[in-house]
Amino acid sequence: MAIGAGKTYKVPIGPVHVGLKEPITAWLDVDGERIVNATIRPGAIHRGIEFMARERNPIQVIYLAERICGICSFSHIVAFVRAVEDAAKIPVPARAQYIRTIVLELERIHSHILWAGVACYTFGYDSAFHLGMILREKVMDVLEALTGNRVNYGTGTVGGVRRDITPKVEKALREMIAFYKSEFSFFYNVAVDDPVALARMRNVGVLSKEDAISHCALGPTARGSGLRVDLRWSAPYEAYADLDVKPVVPQDYTGEAYGDVYDRFLVRVLEVYQSLDIIEKCLDGLPEGDLMWEPKLPKLLNYLKQADGIGMCSIEAPRGDDTHAIKLTGGEENVTWWKVRAPTYSNAVSWPIMFKGNDVADAPLIINSIDPCISCMERMLVTDVRKGSKQVVTRAELLQSCREKTRRLMGA
Amino acid sequence: MMLLFKILAGLALLVFASLLSLLFEGVDRIFHARMQLRIGPPLFQPFYDVLKLLGKENIVPRRAVAWAFNGAPWVAAATALMVFLYVPIGSLPPILGGEGDLILIMYLLGFSAVAMAVGGFASGSVYANIGAQREMVLMMSYELPLATVVVSMAWFAYRTGMPGAPFSLETYVAMPIWSVAGWTGIFGILALLVTLLFVVPAETGKVPMDIAEAKTEILDGLICEYSGRNLAMFKMAFSLRTLAMCAVVVSLFFPWSLGRILNLSGMAFFVVDFLFFWVKVFLVQVVGVTVIRTTFGRLKIWQASRLYWYQVAGLALAGMVLLSLDVIL
Repeated sequence: MAIGAGKTYKVPIGPVHVGLKEPITAWLDVDGERIVNATIRPGAIHRGIEFMARERNPIQVIYLAERICGICSFSHIVAFVRAVEDAAKIPVPARAQYIRTIVLELERIHSHILWAGVACYTFGYDSAFHLGMILREKVMDVLEALTGNRVNYGTGTVGGVRRDITPKVEKALREMIAFYKSEFSFFYNVAVDDPVALARMRNVGVLSKEDAISHCALGPTARGSGLRVDLRWSAPYEAYADLDVKPVVPQDYTGEAYGDVYDRFLVRVLEVYQSLDIIEKCLDGLPEGDLMWEPKLPKLLNYLKQADGIGMCSIEAPRGDDTHAIKLTGGEENVTWWKVRAPTYSNAVSWPIMFKGNDVADAPLIINSIDPCISCMERMLVTDVRKGSKQVVTRAELLQSCREKTRRLMGA
Repeated sequence: MMLLFKILAGLALLVFASLLSLLFEGVDRIFHARMQLRIGPPLFQPFYDVLKLLGKENIVPRRAVAWAFNGAPWVAAATALMVFLYVPIGSLPPILGGEGDLILIMYLLGFSAVAMAVGGFASGSVYANIGAQREMVLMMSYELPLATVVVSMAWFAYRTGMPGAPFSLETYVAMPIWSVAGWTGIFGILALLVTLLFVVPAETGKVPMDIAEAKTEILDGLICEYSGRNLAMFKMAFSLRTLAMCAVVVSLFFPWSLGRILNLSGMAFFVVDFLFFWVKVFLVQVVGVTVIRTTFGRLKIWQASRLYWYQVAGLALAGMVLLSLDVIL
């Protein structure tokens, strides 16, 4: 290991790499084990979603927006429908705002637990990863009971939400809150208090407060660096104005913000508890009333066709500020243009700073410290070794059993 | 006649050890999975893996040094396998007992690790190169505590007048070292045992010391470019090293013979001790490898290095001092 010899060689991390869940390439200039410089090469998965939206009306685009990301799908559609509501001046009933808030927080819980698990996996701590996945199932079940789906919920619409919180769902939600309040501390102990986890994450991928400001870091990445930024606190939307949401920053808990991967980990784990409190408060103060401003879809579409103007919305997604801007032209059915700025756009800029001076071993962890993603399967093979039978479960059968489970969870 | 018998017995033992190492790995994977609340693979999954790999195409990268690249896995597996010729199995003396001792075993294990690193360097891949560098650094780190353990034990055996050559494993098997030590000595031996258990994950390339093969960091590191037969050999080398290391731990620290306790004699004595030996090896592997790799995450190379140079080496030295005190007092 010729550290300090001045001779470097290039190591690519990505676009396809075991430790990464999303196709991004980081070309590292490595001296021994130390990263001297890093170049980020994105662009492996551009899908032209914004262009596709121009041939769809705003209601159709909701389902497109949901598929921008598999984890924060609801954040994207809330940002989108709020932008449309802004452009078309549509008021949203209070109950719908509360339900949106609840789903947003459920999504935050599932995103953060998934992320924490994947971060543990990245440094070889598989047990914590599996524990995280087991814990995450609970919130996925509740999301399914509430919306009927595990990932793309199809629950938000322009001017409201499409699913109500029934007493049964409320019971499931309260059960989930009680479950996490008692069980999640186990993950906290296993991951946050683990000496190896501390050794692997402390002082790794440091982003100082100044760098976080100058490089426009967002969300947990910025909060990990000690910045008090949280749109739920600084520019409350939906029901957050009624709630008292405070940004979670590490210095409030450990006394000092290092701005390293460990702080980002800590912020996310603590935000799970914060989300549980928010959901509890939302359930306690859930107002009665309509779910939608206009339940009749043709009427809504006609109204949107007449709407003219530019709408914008920024919300606090699990990974940071998610901003959507949209233009509707009067008389045009389709969206004129639509611009999405996901938090990773901003946070990715900080990567080269975080890489500098760290080890090659830290590279995937640093990449993951901002954002992971995961995709789903649509086919599977069931084998019975004892009987020697094999059976391919088709998409239709999976869909069928999935619907049956949903009905069971919804208690219908 | 004796030579022929030795060759036949040796061959039988090597085949047995190879199969057993894969079986133990299967159990290790199931235990690991169960501790993580997963079902885990079938018991014979390592066999399926190796058999499948043996039938697969062997790809040599264009930039690789072909002879070193192809030779390394075989050397690594063969040297790891040879360890079993020098380890007493229960009450059976080692097959090549007179011709090699603990020092040779340490060399064979070290040689196996070096062969892996050579294979990594010869791969012509940047990931394999990083992995090989890490393997070398790791070796340099854990060899000091390992050598301290071996030398302290041999010195202690020599000074307390345990019958037999101080570096021969048979000495420790014939007479448990615990029985000759006083109170300070017992603490000293405990310190050496813990030291050796610290070295086991590094020697076997398992979490938290799977640094040279870190999957999520450098894509399996030094075996990154390997496929087919070569990869099968590397897989064998890994499981054989695990088994060999655990067998050495058992021979040094847990030599008790069940046959002697049950007052057996003749064939039954050897058979019971033979089986009991492997049970002990299995228990050491569960504690020293499976539980450890479930409980911890992976360390970084400099962290592992520092751990071995300061904490673990310190522990080994403490054990050495305690053993010396025991002899002097």
